[in-house]
Amino acid sequence: MSFTETLLLMFTAILAENFIFSKFYGCCPFLGVSEHPDTALGMGMAVTFVMTVASAATWSVYHFLLVPFGLEFLQTVAFILVIAALVQFIEMFLRRYIPALYSALGIYLPLITTNCAVLSSALLIVQNGYEFPQAVAFGFAAALGFTLAITVFAGARARMETTHPPRAFRGFPITLIAAGLLAMAFSCFSGIKL
Amino acid sequence: MNKFLKQMKEGILDQNPVLVQLLGMCPTLATTTSLENAFGMGMAATAVLICSNIFISLLRKFIPKQVRIAAYIVIISGFVTAVELLMRAYLFTLYQSLGLFIPLIVVNCIILARAEAFASKNPVLPSAVDGLAMGLGFTFALCILGAVRELLGAGSLLGFRILPEAYPDMVIFILPAGAFFTLGFVIAAVQKISSVAAKRARARENAAEEAERAAEAEQQNNESEVQVG
Repeated sequence: MSFTETLLLMFTAILAENFIFSKFYGCCPFLGVSEHPDTALGMGMAVTFVMTVASAATWSVYHFLLVPFGLEFLQTVAFILVIAALVQFIEMFLRRYIPALYSALGIYLPLITTNCAVLSSALLIVQNGYEFPQAVAFGFAAALGFTLAITVFAGARARMETTHPPRAFRGFPITLIAAGLLAMAFSCFSGIKL
Repeated sequence: MNKFLKQMKEGILDQNPVLVQLLGMCPTLATTTSLENAFGMGMAATAVLICSNIFISLLRKFIPKQVRIAAYIVIISGFVTAVELLMRAYLFTLYQSLGLFIPLIVVNCIILARAEAFASKNPVLPSAVDGLAMGLGFTFALCILGAVRELLGAGSLLGFRILPEAYPDMVIFILPAGAFFTLGFVIAAVQKISSVAAKRARARENAAEEAERAAEAEQQNNESEVQVG
């Protein structure tokens, strides 16, 4: 795959096939941690960091460990273990060597193990048969799309705090309606064929 | 037996994992484009939930506290792989239309939440019933969403045409945006129903109290009459 193709792949992953708004990967943190723009950005950055590293790690595990031994059917088990171990390792590494980054991202890291965006990017990379550079680029771009979605949505939710929806819609339902409106906006990108 | 019935009611209605506890949003939003997909997803998750609850409950005295989450995830992912392979063998079209969401059952928060909150503290039989109840609650919520979206978005249910041909399909309900809208409206309806039910229960309690007070007052009246007499 050429460089331009990789760039197009990244654009598609960020906008046209946004992880939240067209695939629904990672909706739990998207709906749960988007109350304030600051925390949303923090979560997005933590996911970006983990997902980029995890894409590289799971690609390596799949191609150097599972394929040679004919264990491809264990990919789900292997990937979730790699991701859980990786998150734990990143947490320890950041606490020891980059305390500033740890204090910014630390509280989000344990949540990322059960973030389906990370696991689904690892599985998609295998399914689409990407080479190593494309795999890392895809993981990074998909996570950027997640960050974009969660930050924009947190901005919308901050505006919503001052509104007065009907009693039954207060709290979670109105949040979902707002997410639906954003998804409609994002569906414009799906017409773009790159 | 009564205890199990109560557990079932809690899982399906009072503590519905999707509509009340608001867990497991990814598969709820993604796989409800049609009633068939929604039911398939719900059943796959129920199977995993029952098996993982039984196993975690059996092993609850052996799993060290510090690594319990990792242990749960390994147990769950084992069952998910089994379900995935079975579906690929026997239900291939459903397997294809659910796509990645079958392996993603591993990170479904409902399953981990039940393992942590119930199966790790309770014996095997109640844990199995809890898995069944929560799984059916999940399936129930998914089926509501799937039915609404398929009916409005494609005019059919389970592939059979229900609405007249002249009725235009509202494709937005099949699109991702429709998933958010439908779930928002369904949860709003649930909140409305539960607030009305709470109000009625309160009114009933008040009425009962008043009746009691009236009865007491009457009794006192009678007593004083007796004394006067």
